Amino acid sequence: MSAHAETLNQCGSCASSCHHTAQLTKLGLKIRNWDYTVALAGNPNTGKSTIFNQLTGLHQHVGNWAGKTVTRAEGAFTLNGKKYKLVDLPGTYSLLSTSVDEEIARDFVLFGQPDVTVIVADATRLERNLNLVLQVLEITDRAVVALNLIDEAERNNLTVDERALARDLGVPVVPMAARRGAGVKELLNAIEMVASGQFSARPHRIKYADERLETAVETLAEQLRVEFDNLPNARWVALRLLEGDENIINAIETRTLGKVKEAGAFPSLVESEAR
Amino acid sequence: MTLDKLKMGRTAVVTGVRNQSTERRRLYDLGITPGTPIENVMPSPLGDPIAYRVRSAVIALRREQAQLIDVEE
Amino acid sequence: MTNNSTAILDAAARFRREMGDNLHDKLTEAIYADAGQIAARAVSSGEQSNGVNFGQFFDRLVTSRWFGFPLMILLLTVVFWLTIAGANIPSAMLGELLQGTVYNLLHDFASSLNAPWWLSGFLIDGVYLATAWVVSVMLPPMAIFFPLFTLLEDLGYLPRVAFNLDRLFKRAGAHGKQALTMMMGYGCNAAGVVSTRIIDSPRERLIAIITNNFAICNGRWGTLILIGAIFIGSTAPPALASLIAATSVVAIAILGVIFTLLVSAFLSKTWLKGEASSFSLELPPYRPPQIWQTLYKSIVDRTLIVLKRAVLMAAPAGAVIWLMSNVNIGEASVAAHLVSFLNPFGLLLGLNGVILVAYIVAIPANEIVVPTILMLTLNMAKSGLAQTGVMSGIDDDLQIRQVLTEMGGWTLLTGVNLMLFSLLHNPCSTTIWTIWQETKSLKWTTVATLLPVVLGIAVCFLTASVARLTGLI
Ligand SMILES: Nc1nc2c(ncn2[C@@H]2O[C@H](COP(=O)(O)OP(=O)(O)OP(=O)(O)O)[C@@H](O)[C@H]2O)c(=O)[nH]1
Ligand SMILES: [Mg+2]
Repeated sequence: MSAHAETLNQCGSCASSCHHTAQLTKLGLKIRNWDYTVALAGNPNTGKSTIFNQLTGLHQHVGNWAGKTVTRAEGAFTLNGKKYKLVDLPGTYSLLSTSVDEEIARDFVLFGQPDVTVIVADATRLERNLNLVLQVLEITDRAVVALNLIDEAERNNLTVDERALARDLGVPVVPMAARRGAGVKELLNAIEMVASGQFSARPHRIKYADERLETAVETLAEQLRVEFDNLPNARWVALRLLEGDENIINAIETRTLGKVKEAGAFPSLVESEAR
Repeated sequence: MTLDKLKMGRTAVVTGVRNQSTERRRLYDLGITPGTPIENVMPSPLGDPIAYRVRSAVIALRREQAQLIDVEE
Repeated sequence: MTNNSTAILDAAARFRREMGDNLHDKLTEAIYADAGQIAARAVSSGEQSNGVNFGQFFDRLVTSRWFGFPLMILLLTVVFWLTIAGANIPSAMLGELLQGTVYNLLHDFASSLNAPWWLSGFLIDGVYLATAWVVSVMLPPMAIFFPLFTLLEDLGYLPRVAFNLDRLFKRAGAHGKQALTMMMGYGCNAAGVVSTRIIDSPRERLIAIITNNFAICNGRWGTLILIGAIFIGSTAPPALASLIAATSVVAIAILGVIFTLLVSAFLSKTWLKGEASSFSLELPPYRPPQIWQTLYKSIVDRTLIVLKRAVLMAAPAGAVIWLMSNVNIGEASVAAHLVSFLNPFGLLLGLNGVILVAYIVAIPANEIVVPTILMLTLNMAKSGLAQTGVMSGIDDDLQIRQVLTEMGGWTLLTGVNLMLFSLLHNPCSTTIWTIWQETKSLKWTTVATLLPVVLGIAVCFLTASVARLTGLI
């Protein structure tokens, strides 16, 4: 077995006591006056809701299939005196979503302005999961990668070198087996470091071959920031415009760009039919 | 050939996706991009859809979608 | 649209022409190229263990041409058989305790206080008794069924069911993920309706919403299991009774799937015309469930929550039933008027007036159908007399059967048609509200509400007519 498997096992055994040393208090639904907002994003079925439940003490439904969570759920915890609002999102394969549940996730990651985005990745399907991780790292440097299902990876004789991964991605990577509470303490640590700005990330950015692209993106992004007062992630929106993304073009025409809906609310069928 | 012609248990490499719409994006998001190996894992009891392994995930596609994906064995 | 946003869109279009159309592909390919490199550096795989092969072997089996469907039915039957066989004794024990011992204690206590008859009647024979019924009838089967179902879910079996059924859904012009929303509906239809958000095409999503009611929910499993046990199981020799009862419940569940497909096909040929859109469904690897944690969670998170809802609905329903049975208009009670008004129509459908009244009382929650039927049946039979002691005698299936056949005049047809009507009637009020929330369309909410009842009436009328013509009753 690999070295990190041992550390994990140690951690698994102290999962409950760790909470005391890290001074975590699960606050459930008592969400008020929070200091930081933390979003849980990731591919479907990677354990986001499991982690959410571990940190907040709530009981989001979990199940072994993609698409169990379809609404945005919120909960809270305090850690070393600071209060965090945690947002569980539906799973999504990329930030270019097409269904309502994926749109909820995308809108929050892009326009909800979370202080920390935890990207939950499945250690047994790392390559596919990195697609979303890299997309999110394009738009934020305040991110943590939770490398979940490490126990499953071990069962399948896969070892993931989380240090190499952290080096390549430029953000903290925390191996976890969330279902049995392993890695929770380390995740909290990483969230705290990133939220408080103690960790300065140098996230991986994709290099695009075409040089004209950079000028185009910056020109459009600047116009967007002016038009949609300080739109976050204007560069991302600009890229989508360059791709001719109809969703985004529509959002600009109807001036709904960047508006995040309330938790639980979503575009009704009639609205989406009209699109 | 197109993906729907791939026999069970065989692996091929994706050479392209024909459709231009959101469908193509969806397939790309699932990791079905040119150069990716893809294996026919098993058909469903009624023959359609078929489950394919791609980038270590198993994903079921209906025949109409498999027909959009060009592969080379 | 303002001038500025037009300007932005124009500029974007200009850049797009300069750089070509396939920018998105290039970007995605660039991302995947990086992802591939990073993953290759980070992941190393040792020897493949047996676990992988086991998963694949299992997958080939549960989705195989010959065994896929039979295994699905077998698994479902085993789950219900365990539920029915296992719930029998605890149900009887709970019944004896709640409707016997505690009930008598409460009445003794009330008479020691010299409470007026209407007060103790209202509180004990109304509110308390309805609640006690719901608990003893619903709790044991739920406490067995939910954990079993959750184990299957955690293992990863549900997406395989969707995979197996997809061909049929495609032919019905529906989305492949509709099968998954159906699975959610087996827990709760309101949750099932919300889960249709995973379907991206509005047309197919509406179909999924309208047909979700054909997935039998928590509130209805209890009714089906009980009636299946006392009317169908009891026709078989005792050793086979539970198995036959389980089979009858599975038959109703399968009928639900058939209705889902037929109605989906009908909708996609008429009001919601269109071709089945594409779909992709990930089959997650089997993950060994954590047995104890699953048991604990499904009991705390699911059973108790459903029970709480049932009790919250049963208490006021008990009060309503008691009042209806004890407030008279002219010679007879309100309940008697209602029942005799609906009785001819009920009988035409192979049901009766009591059942129809029960389904009206139970619009807020399907869970209370059986307790309502029992209380009304007893009240009708004994109308005018004091109720004390009557209900306390009924604490197992045999006695429930006796009450229904002897006092309610039920036959095998009544039992079968109640099971059919339980599958085919309007969604509960929570689900109706959720459908409205999700569609914001009065038209589709109405369709989703009324369509199943109309079907239920038609189907029950059909079976009743066949039974009559063939002289079965
Ligand atoms: N073996 C193992 N299983 C896990 C772990 N974490 C989660 N699971 C299981 O994985 C499945 C998916 O977990 P969820 O928390 O529902 O995943 P999710 O990311 O919220 O999924 P969606 O809401 O569908 O996007 C469940 O069956 C969990 O019990 C883990 O660390 N190890
Ligand atoms: Mg979830």
